[in-house]
Amino acid sequence: MIKFLLMVNKQGQIRLSKYYEHIDLAKRASLEVDVIKGCLSRKKEECSFVEYKDYKLVYRQYASLFVMVGVSENENELAVYELVHNFVEVLDKYFSRVIMFNLEKVHVILDEMILNGHIVETNKSRILAPLLVLDKMAES
Amino acid sequence: MSDVVEKTLTALPGLLLSLDSQPGAAKLCATSRLGSLVRSITELTSKNVGEEMAEPPAGPLFHTEKPCHVRAIYCEMLGYEASFSYIHAIKLAQQGSVLEKRVGYLAVSLFLHESHDLLLLLVNTVLKDLQSTNLIEVCMALTVVSQIFPKDMIPAVLPLVEDKLTHSKEIIRRKAVLALYKFYLIAPNQVQHIHDKFRKALCDKDPGVMTASLHIYLKLIKESPESYKDLTDSFVTILKQVVGGKLPVDFNYHSVPAPWLQMQLLRILALLGKEDQRTSEMMYEVLDESLRRAEINHNITYAILYECLKTIYTIHPKSELLEKAAKCIGKFVLSPKINLKYLGLKALTYVVQQDPNLALQHQMTIIECLDHSDPIIKRETLELLYRITNGQNVSVIVEKMLDFLRLSKDEYTTIDLVGKVAELAEKYPFPYNSWFIQTMNAIFSIGGDVMQPDIPNNFLRLLAEGFDSDEEDRQLRLLAVDSYLSLLECDTSGLPQRFLQVISWVLGEFSFLKEGLEPADVVERLGKLLDDDAITTETRCWVLAAMSKLCGSSDALCKAEKVAHKYTSCLDTALRQQAVELELLGRDVDLRTRVLPQHVIGFCVWLQVDSSLSFLDGFVSDALARGAAPYKPPHQRQEELSQEKILNFEPYGLSLPVSLSACSLTDRQSPTALSLSSSLSGNSADPPLKAGSNLLKLEGVKRVWGKQGYLPEKQATEEALAQEPSSIFAPSHQQACSESQQTTFSTIVEQDQEKRQLASSLFVGLGSQNAPCLVRTVSQMSVKPTQKRSKTTSIHLTSAFAQNLSDSTSEAVPAVGNTEVVEASEVSSLSGGSGPLAQPSSQVERGLESDLPSRLPATLVGLLRSDVEELCSGESLSLSACKVFDADALVLAIFLSNISDSSIQEVSCLISSEQLKVPEMCSTFSVLSFYLNGLNPQLEGSVSCASQATQSFSLTLSLVDFIRPLPLTTEEYGKMWLSFSHDVKQNLMLLKHEEEDQLEAALTALKEKLCLHIVDVIGAEGIMACQLVSGRPCLLHCHTHGGMLAIWLRSPIADLPDCLLYHCQKAIQER
Repeated sequence: MIKFLLMVNKQGQIRLSKYYEHIDLAKRASLEVDVIKGCLSRKKEECSFVEYKDYKLVYRQYASLFVMVGVSENENELAVYELVHNFVEVLDKYFSRVIMFNLEKVHVILDEMILNGHIVETNKSRILAPLLVLDKMAES
Repeated sequence: MSDVVEKTLTALPGLLLSLDSQPGAAKLCATSRLGSLVRSITELTSKNVGEEMAEPPAGPLFHTEKPCHVRAIYCEMLGYEASFSYIHAIKLAQQGSVLEKRVGYLAVSLFLHESHDLLLLLVNTVLKDLQSTNLIEVCMALTVVSQIFPKDMIPAVLPLVEDKLTHSKEIIRRKAVLALYKFYLIAPNQVQHIHDKFRKALCDKDPGVMTASLHIYLKLIKESPESYKDLTDSFVTILKQVVGGKLPVDFNYHSVPAPWLQMQLLRILALLGKEDQRTSEMMYEVLDESLRRAEINHNITYAILYECLKTIYTIHPKSELLEKAAKCIGKFVLSPKINLKYLGLKALTYVVQQDPNLALQHQMTIIECLDHSDPIIKRETLELLYRITNGQNVSVIVEKMLDFLRLSKDEYTTIDLVGKVAELAEKYPFPYNSWFIQTMNAIFSIGGDVMQPDIPNNFLRLLAEGFDSDEEDRQLRLLAVDSYLSLLECDTSGLPQRFLQVISWVLGEFSFLKEGLEPADVVERLGKLLDDDAITTETRCWVLAAMSKLCGSSDALCKAEKVAHKYTSCLDTALRQQAVELELLGRDVDLRTRVLPQHVIGFCVWLQVDSSLSFLDGFVSDALARGAAPYKPPHQRQEELSQEKILNFEPYGLSLPVSLSACSLTDRQSPTALSLSSSLSGNSADPPLKAGSNLLKLEGVKRVWGKQGYLPEKQATEEALAQEPSSIFAPSHQQACSESQQTTFSTIVEQDQEKRQLASSLFVGLGSQNAPCLVRTVSQMSVKPTQKRSKTTSIHLTSAFAQNLSDSTSEAVPAVGNTEVVEASEVSSLSGGSGPLAQPSSQVERGLESDLPSRLPATLVGLLRSDVEELCSGESLSLSACKVFDADALVLAIFLSNISDSSIQEVSCLISSEQLKVPEMCSTFSVLSFYLNGLNPQLEGSVSCASQATQSFSLTLSLVDFIRPLPLTTEEYGKMWLSFSHDVKQNLMLLKHEEEDQLEAALTALKEKLCLHIVDVIGAEGIMACQLVSGRPCLLHCHTHGGMLAIWLRSPIADLPDCLLYHCQKAIQER
């Protein structure tokens, strides 16, 4: 099960966070600090999975952006690793240029892909369909 | 509102600047958090939201709601609570345009948690949107429902969501299914009636809807795989189609068809095929296909492969598939890609539990990974090694783990790994004693104070109880003493508190073993520990306790008193008590010789502790007489708080035995301290208990050391426990423990052979010390069977009652209810063998049964008994039984009669009970605990002989069988009534109104049915008393008024009143 997803830049600043389990704001802060420290300190040749408490962290780097996912012990890390890539590909497709930040739209995309910590949709066109409709309505 | 927020936000930087310019440092400090928030928001605005804001003209944008909420989301993301905006997010979802609505819903799902009050305000909006004609609105509502929804309001939206299951658009159907999944997660009962709709969703023509339904099925199948076996075929077909590329191309990910869907299906198949050959056979083909297809070299195929491997090794094995799977594991671990290597190790860890030989194939890779530069890979390798540890490679593996621990800084890893090392060190026979002591020392100094408390407790128990031979025990203890003495020589300031506690306990207990070592010397060294300021009071207590044990010689006593004197006015009560006790001990020579017998090991045998604290009874009844409230144990208080009528047995079953065993451990571990406190601190019951709960938690501790000679001790303690009033659940709990222990033992034995072979080759290049430990392994193996035997749970009554069979009827009299049964089972198992000829009796008649009771053994004649009941009868044998209510036992008399004309041969009778493990420390408590669970324990059995097929019978025991009258005087009754804490009151309807003396009639009925003793009748009130065979009393107080009988029961046992009340009710109704 996926517990949380963070997008962080190289300086360790959070760009997006989504939790699939309720965690108090105060606890989130300390968790984020630990997670970011744990992932950013890894070297390139080391593997993309880190242990943190009873979570496994899966992270993936795109230029200066890191996507970090906290999953439960029994999750298939490689599947999550590829899910991150799928997510980034979707973002890429929608935002056409570099991954840009339209916070609420990224959230909408994420909500289509992951619900309650489970992967619910991976088909790119279906993920984007509701958002594209919304955009069309906003234009007219 | 948004204007206000906006204005505040824009005004803030200016405000902050003016603050900054002021030198008021205190104010600045308070606002610096706010300052950083504003700064980060402004920064974010320019960097990120800026992109979006650049498009429309800046003016109107600042007045729309959306960016404001996006900003609030930023605030929360940065860790600043934006609770002021919650209500506005809901408002936005309610009133905004479509785009705003989406942002509103999004903000709600990000801000609020499941049980937030504001969520109720959302329900109406969701209802409205679900009914909307605008598909996008319906979509949004369904999305938010499947993210976050108040549990209590599910019925309001459920019909609407159900409707959507038949919607024409796939996206709506899919989201409806996901919403139902959410409902299932938070309130499974509410969606029980639509399980068939889930099936429809599974068969939906759109693959998306089907995929969504799999989430529900994964969960359902996890909970009860049995009920969904019929769907196996569907899942297999779906997987076949997916693997075969039948899905539309847009489901592909890097030209692999719907990989996440495949993985989900594989997980489901694993659950279905587990331990089920027939179901597994259905999926072999598709699994084979999956393995074959996954040949493209991409991460995602490896992810599928991993899932596939797990499934293949979970379901009923098929050798060809296993072979192919094993080859695939090679692809993982040998891959140069580090992520694949990691996953390969993880797969291997999972797989070696089924097939240890696989580790053998990859031994070189494993050894390489062990020295990998990446700590995560190392950690995973250790995990793998931990799974394949055996008696021979244990020292090498433990060494590797300790090496890793010394470098690791993460607390969580340390706790986890230290626990594993300790488990291995205790589980496997170690090569030599000093290795064990060294390893434990390393664990204590590395694990420090973060490790689980049961590790030092286990270690101390091991030392105290010893193993096979006295000589070896002595050596081990001596080694420990030696190593600790040398540790104390050096600087002790870096040692963790737990380690110091262990050191002082061991020195206090065993330092006399070292010849030529003066106790005074040890006291002095321990005293030095106390000089360190960093040492905690808890550790000081341990040190003082150790000193009191060393006070045998006057020299040592003198030194110890000097130290203790400092603490006699200490503020910490536990420490002060320890010091005062030591002083008292010094003054009273008699007491000292009594509580500190010189040089006795194996105190566990002779130590007797009154753990029921009966010496406090006087104090308690005095206090009660003065009007103090009766003591209620925590669980009862809790229950009263929650005021639940339904009895919840689980917390009792868990909490009680744990705290009890913790007590008993204290008893065994520091006998002197405890006997001291029980004799000296008669006015407070707390210290020994407190010490038990603080220091020695036995939760989840496995009994890994089972050596001969230890078992009788265990039984002795169990007996001691059984006498404890509140230990009703102890026997069943211990059974559970011993059972699980037994299974681990047997699996170890099975795998041992293979593992030994594996390990010797696995670590051939590592220079392991294989040879010396062989002898020990063998010796332990020989021990295990005896352990098993002692836990046999059925009573064999192989009928060899030669003297009795001659007159065609035999009695076997196992007693249920006290330890007699153990004897009975022993005797009967001794008499095993083929039965001799049983002579046919000339006067065999059915009528004979009437005088069966006269054949009861002399000791049982004249006792109250139930009617003789025929349990079964065949052509030649008839078996009857009656229950005899002896004062301190329930005796079951079983009569075997030959009803044929010929002689009977090879009569055998087997009695057992699945629920009631009789010989295992048999006592009423196990009966009671079963009874309390609402189960009537049943004895089941079968009887057979040469001329007749096996016939089975069963006999139900009831709580009433274990109740005996308790003769009391009214005064005694009064005294006892006050001292019992568990009570139950209830009004019972008396059916017969016409009776003149309702009370007497009721009392008589109770007396006859339940064997109660009527103590006294005063006016409209009557008091009665009874006891369980074990001697635990229960008092009843009855009072009639207007056709009602008010019964009030009190007992020291928690659930006895409840159960007895039930029987009283029955007795009154049946009257």
